[in-house]
Amino acid sequence: MLTFYGQEVASRLLIGTALYPSPTIMQQAIKASGAAIVTVSLRREAAGGKAGDAFWSLIRDTGARVLPNTAGCRTVREAVTTAELARELFGTPWIKLEVIGDDETLQPDVVGLVEAAALLTREGFNVFPYCTEDLTVAGRLIDAGCEVVMPWAAPIGSAKGIVNPAPLALLRARFPDVPMVIDAGLGAPSHAAHALELGYDAVLLNTAIAKAGDPVAMAEAFRLAAEAGRTAYEAGLMAPRDFASPSTPVVGTPFWHAATS
Amino acid sequence: MAPSKTYSDNSKRPTPEAISIVGASVAGTWQALAFAQAGCPVTLYERHSGDLVGATSYWAGGMLAPDCEAEVSEPLVARLGHRSLALWRDALPGTRFEGSLVVAHTRDRADFERFARLTPGHARLDAAGVAALEPALAGRFRDGLFYAAEGHVEPRRVLPMLYRRLAELGVVLRFGEEVAPHELPGTVIDCRGLAAQDALPELRGVKGEVVIVESRDVTFTRPVRLLHPRWPLYVIPREDGRFLIGATSIESEDDRVSVRSALELMTAAYALHPAFGEARIVEIGAGLRPAFPDHAPRVTVEGRILRVNGLYRHGFLLAPALAELTAAFVVDGQQDDEVIHAGAPAHRRAPEEVLS
Repeated sequence: MLTFYGQEVASRLLIGTALYPSPTIMQQAIKASGAAIVTVSLRREAAGGKAGDAFWSLIRDTGARVLPNTAGCRTVREAVTTAELARELFGTPWIKLEVIGDDETLQPDVVGLVEAAALLTREGFNVFPYCTEDLTVAGRLIDAGCEVVMPWAAPIGSAKGIVNPAPLALLRARFPDVPMVIDAGLGAPSHAAHALELGYDAVLLNTAIAKAGDPVAMAEAFRLAAEAGRTAYEAGLMAPRDFASPSTPVVGTPFWHAATS
Repeated sequence: MAPSKTYSDNSKRPTPEAISIVGASVAGTWQALAFAQAGCPVTLYERHSGDLVGATSYWAGGMLAPDCEAEVSEPLVARLGHRSLALWRDALPGTRFEGSLVVAHTRDRADFERFARLTPGHARLDAAGVAALEPALAGRFRDGLFYAAEGHVEPRRVLPMLYRRLAELGVVLRFGEEVAPHELPGTVIDCRGLAAQDALPELRGVKGEVVIVESRDVTFTRPVRLLHPRWPLYVIPREDGRFLIGATSIESEDDRVSVRSALELMTAAYALHPAFGEARIVEIGAGLRPAFPDHAPRVTVEGRILRVNGLYRHGFLLAPALAELTAAFVVDGQQDDEVIHAGAPAHRRAPEEVLS
């Protein structure tokens, strides 16, 4: 069973709660996805008093566990403050930590990320850092106390799928016991299946479901793909080869003919 | 929602019956017009003064864009929106509706194609087509989508116009009076927007922030939407060289404008046309859109009180059609099942009016 910070997690698909046509469709999509954890982006202005209460309660109604997110934070200080507000608002030590380093690509500022992760861990948070596929950065995050690491597939909202599979495979192999979630850049269910086939423990996405023509049907498609990818990983994938290897030997074909044809 | 047979009792009510309407933003104003035109004596109450400063309608864009809104809306919004467009045309015979234009920068091509796929009623334009419609955008966009059937109104101009029409029809207008719907006699139409949260617990506020600027360097004839993955925006031309730049959509009932939102709106306008960099800022403000969880409007019937709410970001687009359906229900007993819902019978006056 997959566990994050000692909590068993029933689904390998985590989804976001932004950008849906309406909260009703968001609730239906969460249900169809089977997600047990949903991320919630917190804007500072929505944290004071009862400001965003109505929306938060619609999310709580789904029964999914909330993973608040420091989306859009650009500095360590801003991310830490947002995390503190989120803990107060949602009553959870869990925080998806985003420190954005580039406005165009929303690429993580990995230096600020490691610093913020260390600060928040000391404050008792369970940090889920959004990072790149860089091996050293992942190591530093784990040293800082992160028990889960969340590398990107591609930039947020880009729908490109896994653009750098080799370093992601390396990262997975180097930290086999750390739960790892592919977060951001997934556009199609096949991308989610790919991530789980690589041995990642789960995937996290938002836009590809929320902005689909039919978000509820797309949520279902991602649920099936995540299950397919994980099942395939557990079943043991066939390793790629450099040349075709016929499953039935062609008896009687002289080998010199095979070599020149 | 199962229709109740009790509804048909409405048709037996003596007409014309006296109607009280609470809230003179766009929803309540159109209700008053529909009931007055049906021959009912109408009193319209509004807690704000006649200029509606502080009301959500004051900050509205006034777009009548049922085709564009199909990107994120239920089919009901398009159905009511197209009917409303016809009713606005009838109410404003001298006004030309010029359609609306959608553009995107080349790098946001994916968003442009998605929008085209999800919305009906548009023609594709090339660069020359965009320039022919809006010369100010010549050379700036390679593609556009033109929604010829759409239009827009200027909220701060048309509401006073409708108040004058109401006065001519004998409607009693009572501005600056805060009243509670259940304290009023007879049939009451509650159009208080977010203030009706006391009676409609599912209602929530979604903040929309806008900037109004003045520029002599840019001229638009119609609303222009700029698609962007993070900051979609529209710029709506108004009188006297003014433009409304809108609007954010934030899950918050805080009604102040954040610096971040102001930056995003003005940056996006600058990306639409650099001349907006030299524009003068006239006003910055925010309204709270009243929304139900499905973002569809509802008329909730609670005995003699009908609550018209949940118009969300479609106030000017939905108000006329909702008013027509509400008046048809009260006066003629016609029930549109998609819009008219039986509500919890709160604030009832007499047991026989309780809906089963």
